[in-house]
Amino acid sequence: MSVVTLTINDELVSAQEGETLLAVLHERGIDMPTLCHLEGLSERGGCRLCMVELEGSSRLQAACVTQVQEDMIVHTHSERLVKYRKMILELLFAERNHICAVCVMNGNCELQWEAAKIGMDHVRYEYLNPDLAMDASHERYVLDHNRCILCTRCVRVCDEIEGAHVWDVMGRGANSRVIIDLNQAWGTSQSCTSCGKCVQVCPTGALFDKGATVAEMEKQHNFLRWILDGREKNVWSYGK
Amino acid sequence: MSVKTSPPSRTRPRPAAEHPSGDPRFSLIDRTLKRFSFQQDALIEVLHTAQEAFGFLSDDLLIYVAHQLKLPLSWVYGVATFYHFFTLTPQGEHNCIVCMGTACYVKRAAEIVAALQQAYSVTAGETTRDGRLSLSTARCLGSCGLAPVLVLDGAVLPRETPESALERVRQQLMNATHNGAPQPATNGHAFEGEE
Amino acid sequence: MNRADLETMAQREVQRQQTFRCRILCCASTPCLSSGGSAVHDAIKDAIKEGGFDADFQAVATGCMGPCSRGPMITVQTSGGEDVIYEHVTPEASRQIVAHHAAASPAPVEYILPGDIPFFAKQKKVVLANSGFIDPERLEDYVARGGYTALGYALREMTPETVCREIIDSGLRGRGGAGYPTGLKWDMVRKARGDRKYVVANGDEGDPGAYMDRTLMESDPHRLLEGMAIAGYAVGADQGFLYVRGEYPIAAKRLERAIRAAERRGLLGSRVLDSNFNFRVDVRIGAGAFVCGEETALMASIMGMRGQPVPRPPYPAQSGLWEKPTLINNVETLGSIAPIIQHGAAWFAEIGTAKSKGTKIFALAGKVDTTGLIEVPMGITLREIVYDIGGGIPDGLDFKAAQTGGPSGGCIPAAHLDTPMDYESLRALGSIMGSGGLIIMDERSCMVDVAKFFMEFCMDESCGKCVPCRVGTVQMHHLLERITTGSATAQDLETLQDLCVMVKETSLCGLGQSAPNPVLSTIHYFLEEYMAHIRDHQCLAGVCTLDQAPITELALV
Repeated sequence: MSVVTLTINDELVSAQEGETLLAVLHERGIDMPTLCHLEGLSERGGCRLCMVELEGSSRLQAACVTQVQEDMIVHTHSERLVKYRKMILELLFAERNHICAVCVMNGNCELQWEAAKIGMDHVRYEYLNPDLAMDASHERYVLDHNRCILCTRCVRVCDEIEGAHVWDVMGRGANSRVIIDLNQAWGTSQSCTSCGKCVQVCPTGALFDKGATVAEMEKQHNFLRWILDGREKNVWSYGK
Repeated sequence: MSVKTSPPSRTRPRPAAEHPSGDPRFSLIDRTLKRFSFQQDALIEVLHTAQEAFGFLSDDLLIYVAHQLKLPLSWVYGVATFYHFFTLTPQGEHNCIVCMGTACYVKRAAEIVAALQQAYSVTAGETTRDGRLSLSTARCLGSCGLAPVLVLDGAVLPRETPESALERVRQQLMNATHNGAPQPATNGHAFEGEE
Repeated sequence: MNRADLETMAQREVQRQQTFRCRILCCASTPCLSSGGSAVHDAIKDAIKEGGFDADFQAVATGCMGPCSRGPMITVQTSGGEDVIYEHVTPEASRQIVAHHAAASPAPVEYILPGDIPFFAKQKKVVLANSGFIDPERLEDYVARGGYTALGYALREMTPETVCREIIDSGLRGRGGAGYPTGLKWDMVRKARGDRKYVVANGDEGDPGAYMDRTLMESDPHRLLEGMAIAGYAVGADQGFLYVRGEYPIAAKRLERAIRAAERRGLLGSRVLDSNFNFRVDVRIGAGAFVCGEETALMASIMGMRGQPVPRPPYPAQSGLWEKPTLINNVETLGSIAPIIQHGAAWFAEIGTAKSKGTKIFALAGKVDTTGLIEVPMGITLREIVYDIGGGIPDGLDFKAAQTGGPSGGCIPAAHLDTPMDYESLRALGSIMGSGGLIIMDERSCMVDVAKFFMEFCMDESCGKCVPCRVGTVQMHHLLERITTGSATAQDLETLQDLCVMVKETSLCGLGQSAPNPVLSTIHYFLEEYMAHIRDHQCLAGVCTLDQAPITELALV
């Protein structure tokens, strides 16, 4: 595999051909906000937080779905990009009922982290306050639509890793909801294996263990690497 | 164990209409399934057939289609709710669609919708409580030269006003009561009636 | 069937048509049918039968003739004489018309529409050349007017490479909106590696106020199939998909029939016109999602999935349907192919302007005297379309704006009436050519309300995949709602503008990227109207309610 050279924020960088720009940025320790991206799952390009400027292109590109190319000139933190990221986060906070103070994920939530990192201190848009339900019918897990940001990590992990495809998205636009089987109560699902992968990959408090209370829920993503390394390389390494 | 004498057929025939209800309409779905050789990418075509045969997509139907195409239930439900054409609830006896395309909107189709909503206490996209009338809006029916356009039980009615629309719907509901069965609207040509 | 058989078929049909002294063409397109066109057609057939004119008269159900608001339309072709066009025909009038042409009674003058009015004179029919003259359900009618000769010529006399070259030279650009050069797209797919390739005709015309594609599919389905087959030959595909919008059942039915008729005669299917080229076409019916007009979403829909776009690259030309190279063209684009091959690239390139070649079909609607479907050379001015072809604004009112490009386009104010209609000029005005919807608005239309209408459309049609479009459209709609109800402040207008730019630049697909256009263009040209709503609580057009006050003012009371 050949090596390409590109410029990121005025610095020359070499990368493997075929890598995504986001992977290279992470390798270089450049902090890029992401919500729908999760290593080990297919890319979606939906949250639009990892947008970057490419010189010579009039359009902004999402780093997670852009492959590195020779002589690419990338800017990751221009004033415009930071402003847009802030706006996107504000839109997400206004969309559903994200009330951190009473959320099981308070302190561990990826949405909250990203907002704190970027310095989002208020939301300039109208809160939509949708009337959304919770589903606590499963014996071990709870689904709370109020916290869902439709990143579809749960859908992808269930389809790609567990292979059960219990989850999908129904409706469209602002009326989209993640669903289980025929939009039924989780506890009544016959396809769910109760493996809990969806809960672990969820970036917010939309999916959590039953019994967890405010700020108690923490999530582990590293099982994904564990499974994929085992599956692809027959290597199961502890502690990584 | 008996030995088969006839040569095995290359494609194993599936039993038709194996649905426990024995409803013959399932055979219509089976026909479409066969036309597309049970390929998963035919999902939308199959749902079209199912809705045409049954009027709406019940959970039962979605499960049947999912099983036949060997697709996950949530996938089928996700597709059925993504497209506006599919409806998961039963429709009223009569169906009134008001076009809200740009041309109709500029010619004040919104006033027609408002008048009908008020007269029948129903919001667009829903069915009256007695199940007699479903009112909905459409995104351009492509008859912009005739704006504003109303489709009443399949008949396209051009150049309507709120008053004329109310009158037509009233008559349509009355006609059907007298004759016991829904009648196509008198003026205008049936939307799908090509033959 | 080979090329000689095709020739024979054409000659036979021409001879058959010449045996009739009088051919009465009745428009059987959706707008005329909804004005009572089928009753007129029946009345004419009855009148011919009752009069015993069966041998001399022929009644033909054709496609669209153009001036839809004047329907039902009839054209009478007489051997040796000029065509006579009748408008607003009723069943009674049609009997008079038959009687008149049988020389039994005077002409019903009140129904005659003169053929030399600007509506017809200013048009140039290339794509719609057959529309209104042939029975779309009869293959012979199409063949009699030179149909499928372009395909025969391409298969015999040209290589895939020269076909692509010809399309590049013609300067044809995509008619779906963006205006990408069609020939280059073809060449890309031709060069792409793949054991299978596909051709897709995009007939998912979701733009409210546009019905060019529907008319073409309904009025001349074989022309589209011929264009697809030529495209298939040029790029090396053996399978085509025709994606038809679910709202167009008549178009879908006619296309299905046309495909069967063409397959029976060996014009589609295996060994097309006795060559080694095989090409199958299947119709796929859409199910009501505007976003499926976007090519990656359309492909997802053909594959039976939720119609959500995926990031490009990879472009469909490299990896499209089932990850094979796929050519996606708009229906109108494919409708231009046969004439280009038939008359040559140079002939086509002479029509239009330097950068926008050929003709464009517009669906002229809204507040003009004659609405309908028109095909004009690129570069014609908006003024000619509105005042000459459309006959001006009714009720003595003034022209205010023309909306092009639907929910992805913008509004053109009166100051720019003399703008030539081509891709670059419209883009420079902050609008787009789009698929060809052209809505004319007079003083009684409020531009903020129009912007709100389109934003509501985009909000409903957003697929929900990316955040800026899913939530941004809702917020933009909220802000516009506030302006139209009178509860907005000057700050809200600023927030709205900021949001528009962000959604435009960060959305995943064309729908989101262009959703703010109607707002941005109305703010650009009609800022005064926005200010009148916010500052003076006044809607100059008298459309908005303005019955609320900003929350800041409420606090003062």
